[in-house]
Amino acid sequence: MAKKKKSQICILTVTGIDTVGIIAKLAAVMAKHSINIVDVNQKIMEDYFVMTMAADIVNADISMEKIRAKLDRIAKDMSLNITFQNENIFKAMHRI
Amino acid sequence: MAITVEEVFETVKMTLDHHFDIRTVTLGINLKDCMDRNLTNFCNRVHKRIVENGKKLNKFADEIEQKYAIPITNRRISITPASLLLEPLPHTKATVVKLAKTLDSAAKKANIDFIGGFGALVQKGMTSSDKNFINAIPQALGKTQRVCGFLNLGTTTTGMNMDAIEMFGHILKQLAEKTENGIGCAKIAVFCNVPEDNPFMAGANHGVGEPDFSLNIGISGPGVVRDVVLQNPDCDLTQLSEVIKRTVFKITRAGELIGREMAQLMKVDFGIVDISLASTTAAGDSVAEIIEAMGVSQIGLPGSTAALAMLMDAVKKGGAMASGNIGGLSGTFIPVSEDSGMIRAVISGALNLEKLEALTAVCSVGLDMFAVPGDTPAEVLSAIIADELAIGMINNKTTSVRVIPVPGKKHGDIVHFGGLLGSAPIMKIAQKAAPDFIARKGRIPSPVTSMRN
Repeated sequence: MAKKKKSQICILTVTGIDTVGIIAKLAAVMAKHSINIVDVNQKIMEDYFVMTMAADIVNADISMEKIRAKLDRIAKDMSLNITFQNENIFKAMHRI
Repeated sequence: MAITVEEVFETVKMTLDHHFDIRTVTLGINLKDCMDRNLTNFCNRVHKRIVENGKKLNKFADEIEQKYAIPITNRRISITPASLLLEPLPHTKATVVKLAKTLDSAAKKANIDFIGGFGALVQKGMTSSDKNFINAIPQALGKTQRVCGFLNLGTTTTGMNMDAIEMFGHILKQLAEKTENGIGCAKIAVFCNVPEDNPFMAGANHGVGEPDFSLNIGISGPGVVRDVVLQNPDCDLTQLSEVIKRTVFKITRAGELIGREMAQLMKVDFGIVDISLASTTAAGDSVAEIIEAMGVSQIGLPGSTAALAMLMDAVKKGGAMASGNIGGLSGTFIPVSEDSGMIRAVISGALNLEKLEALTAVCSVGLDMFAVPGDTPAEVLSAIIADELAIGMINNKTTSVRVIPVPGKKHGDIVHFGGLLGSAPIMKIAQKAAPDFIARKGRIPSPVTSMRN
């Protein structure tokens, strides 16, 4: 039996004006490249859309750099701010 | 416990809005085993090692940058103090210049913007190689772009080498003459108690007690600290210190994580995290503006020293909790030309050289990146250096001086260095200071370390 690979969680954040299809577009990119979405938190504050998504890229078929390039394109098309970072940075900074 | 949305956005905001970055990853490289009696062999080995490792450093820094989306602004190299490496070679200026050019071309090839360690440890005395080295500094730094130099001119345990301090006043003048706007002088810092693992230029060097390689990290984040101070306008100073401490803890943890991963990828020893707050010319990324956010009208006015002392202490407490590998300078940089708030304060008259010196007594890292008229006599430069290094010697701390006598400029002029080095108003300075004191030379003996009042 093949050894199960450890997960590699990245956190995606989105901020911007709420429009139809933000999550759908992001999820489509994730699914296309075998990235498993493990958690989503989303809020609308006034008309502002704020979201964090945790995604496991361990089985992804493209590099982080390429994933980011695709996210940047969505960010540009939909006028959003999108960031994408390995979760270890948040753990290091916010957990002792 | 999962990371909350608020925590995620706190981190994201730091990089997006407040210039949080890893200021530098600096790879220290031991070159002692490259030494040779043949100059060409020596330079070839040095060149090869720097190019190979410099390329690796850039490659892995890019990878980590992608992974964490935190900019790694500078990738630098520091080497074993160069005068030591030149001991077996003919003591001529040409030898020193050849090494400088070799380092310059290797750094260029590896796409490394600055390479440090071109210096000498002469706190007690100078060997003939050291003397030759120091005499060749104007040519060596005048003919290269990426090489940074340092001299350690004193320590608490040895006292101060006044022969070398006297000599260096003249060297600075020559170096200033050889480069446009005296910019060569921005590439050399002189120290008391120089650290061996400092990742920041111009004083970075890979000390003699270091392993073959050592990966050192300089974090930054004046913008982040300033923001958190601004968000807490009503709390008292005890609480404010806590708030700063907590923020610095977070950014130091990020530095520690990135440093350890870089070291692992490069298969080298992880050295230290330097928690110095280092300003840049970018708006908001200013240590002076933190002091002003704390409530001092302008840096340089009364209150500045106390505010800076408290800031510095809070930074150290937060940093020391976050990483067991704190080292380097770990102070607060208050370079005049690289900090927009400092520049404003000098222009408005709030900050003068005397107050700047007082500030360095509580925060390290010394009188940094300030410009004086080009016709300032060498003895005055030596006297400024002696004063500043004495603060370090007596107080058991690192102090340094990086002064630029700008040829042809007078008090009140402003000189633009460009890029990271910023712009500096020419500061007012005495035309005669302590000529007979400096001319005595010799050594200021090491101080007693008991009776500490």
